[in-house]
Amino acid sequence: MFLKENALLAVAGLKANRMRSFLTMLGIIIGIGAVIAIVSIGDAVTAKVSDAMSGIGANVIQVYVTPRDAKNTTTDVTVGGTNMDDSDMISMDQINAFRKKFADEISSVSVQESYGDGKVQDGHLSSNISVVGVDPGYLDVSSVKMVKGRFLRDRDIDANRRVVVVSDRLVSDMFRGSTDPIGKEVSMEVGGWNESFTIVGVYKYERSSLGGMTVSGNPRTSFYIPISVEKEQAQYQNYYYFSLKSKSIGGSDAFCKKIDSYFSKVFAGNSKYTCQSYNMESMMSSVTSVMGTISVAIAAIAAIALLVGGIGVMNIMLVSVTERTREIGTRKALGARNSYIRAQFIVEAVIICLIGGVLGIGFGVLLAWIGDSLIGVKLVVSFPVVLFSVGFSMLIGIFFGYYPAKKASRLDPIDALRYE
Amino acid sequence: MARDMIQMTGVDKNYFVGTPNELHILKKISLTIQEGEFVSIVGVSGSGKSTLMNLIGVLDRPSAGTYLLDGMPVNRMTDNQMSDIRCEKIGFVFQTFNLIPRNDALKNVELPMLYAGVDAKTRTRRSRELLELVGMEERMHHQPNELSGGQKQRVAIARALANDPPILLADEPTGSLDSATGRMVMDLFHRVHEESHKTVILVTHNPALAEETERIVTIRDGEIIDDRAGGGKAVSR
Repeated sequence: MFLKENALLAVAGLKANRMRSFLTMLGIIIGIGAVIAIVSIGDAVTAKVSDAMSGIGANVIQVYVTPRDAKNTTTDVTVGGTNMDDSDMISMDQINAFRKKFADEISSVSVQESYGDGKVQDGHLSSNISVVGVDPGYLDVSSVKMVKGRFLRDRDIDANRRVVVVSDRLVSDMFRGSTDPIGKEVSMEVGGWNESFTIVGVYKYERSSLGGMTVSGNPRTSFYIPISVEKEQAQYQNYYYFSLKSKSIGGSDAFCKKIDSYFSKVFAGNSKYTCQSYNMESMMSSVTSVMGTISVAIAAIAAIALLVGGIGVMNIMLVSVTERTREIGTRKALGARNSYIRAQFIVEAVIICLIGGVLGIGFGVLLAWIGDSLIGVKLVVSFPVVLFSVGFSMLIGIFFGYYPAKKASRLDPIDALRYE
Repeated sequence: MARDMIQMTGVDKNYFVGTPNELHILKKISLTIQEGEFVSIVGVSGSGKSTLMNLIGVLDRPSAGTYLLDGMPVNRMTDNQMSDIRCEKIGFVFQTFNLIPRNDALKNVELPMLYAGVDAKTRTRRSRELLELVGMEERMHHQPNELSGGQKQRVAIARALANDPPILLADEPTGSLDSATGRMVMDLFHRVHEESHKTVILVTHNPALAEETERIVTIRDGEIIDDRAGGGKAVSR
């Protein structure tokens, strides 16, 4: 009803009380701003995480030994039971049999095992490392990119050769970029195991936001040695997980089910453990579910801010109704129906909330921009969320404007005209 | 024969009905005002003249008796019907002008037409005409706080005429003005009355102003104690 007239009137009223209008809007601005900032930072982080994970390879599937009692309750990728021994793990023979069985669907298989964290040292030069035993298939199932030399070969594994593929970061730490590292020997020390390895290849170290930082700030980079050499030192000869790359794109859920049912037969005799496979989708879904939980928590805080903001709007509308009692009486005397008066005040509340909402969107985008640049991700502003925010702020206006508007519309014109 | 614009028969107005301190503000008022009359209602404060004005202006319903406005019974009207009647039939002029703040003169005059559902173009055109009529066309884009008292009252009279109501109801219209501007406002009422033949009802406590009208109704303690012709030029009936 008289939407345009009432909107213009409301804007004129807001301009006349700039400071008060701004303070009233502040709650809405903060609430909407928080929603926009949270959603867009969340989107950006999720995008970044999925980007990082897709680097591992979209059709890579990982098969883990998992405790039976935890199987149905979690999609968590943490594995390795405390009471696990070789008989509970997957043997190389079992992996080879599995590979044979699904030869049509598997393009490569890789076993790997982390030994531990340590460092390489040469006089005063050192570099933090994380020793990982791998096989040649690892290059295929990981996101490792070679920059120099070669990756490990079958012969290195079979002959238990002391060769290593190191990061370009380690090379710059140890050789200061002066010489060609290929063929050079490095001495590593990890948990009491000291040995020299010959560098055969260098891969590109990609700084990840997900980990790899040490206390000193020097990154800890992977030190890839032949799995056979690692197994000489390792506690167990079998594997608690392995990776494979499927020929079908996406490492589909259907193939995962096949793998699970195959290994459930292999592990039929084991009462405590079985195998569970994970593809990118299931890992992604566990990441997004964590993000979702965080978002819900912060959204609840934003909702409280909006509630408080709405109450602020209601409060100021009640003040406005009292201040304008004579005006309301005059309007009624001039023939305004109660519903017209009600519409006027609801429109005013909606306008306050709408302007607050728009300012809040600007504020939220600014917050998101600051947050995103701190985390180092690109700013993403979701249009549906902006649209939703605008709509929601209007709803707040209607909801919290209704009571004051109703109060205004019910004023007795005689009392209202006489009001001083 | 002119029609009866206001026809009150045995009208009572009581407050706190049914309580021991029930107040009888108006007692058995019977008053008929015809179309085109210029009537003043006079009385001291507390005499009940404001209550009578509120009843005439359809801001309130009588407690007893009947009130026909232009032939329509007001007693049983709903709030919306009363709003619509005020919108179409009555032009209010207040002692304190009661212009809507932050709306310029033009918008103020448009307001009753807005409530009557007149389209924007017609509203603006008629609003300009009316402001010309009261000599305020120069200041139609001025806000109320940029106008003097006399100017405000002229805008208010233009606003009262907006929906071309048959009745103009003025409550102490010169009460907040100095004598010169009060004179000018009274002249404007005379002019409107003569040119448009509207029923003009002037509520005042000022006997000199009342003498200018055609008929003076005096009220005291809620009763009409005198109803006589005034010095104003009588309209031919």
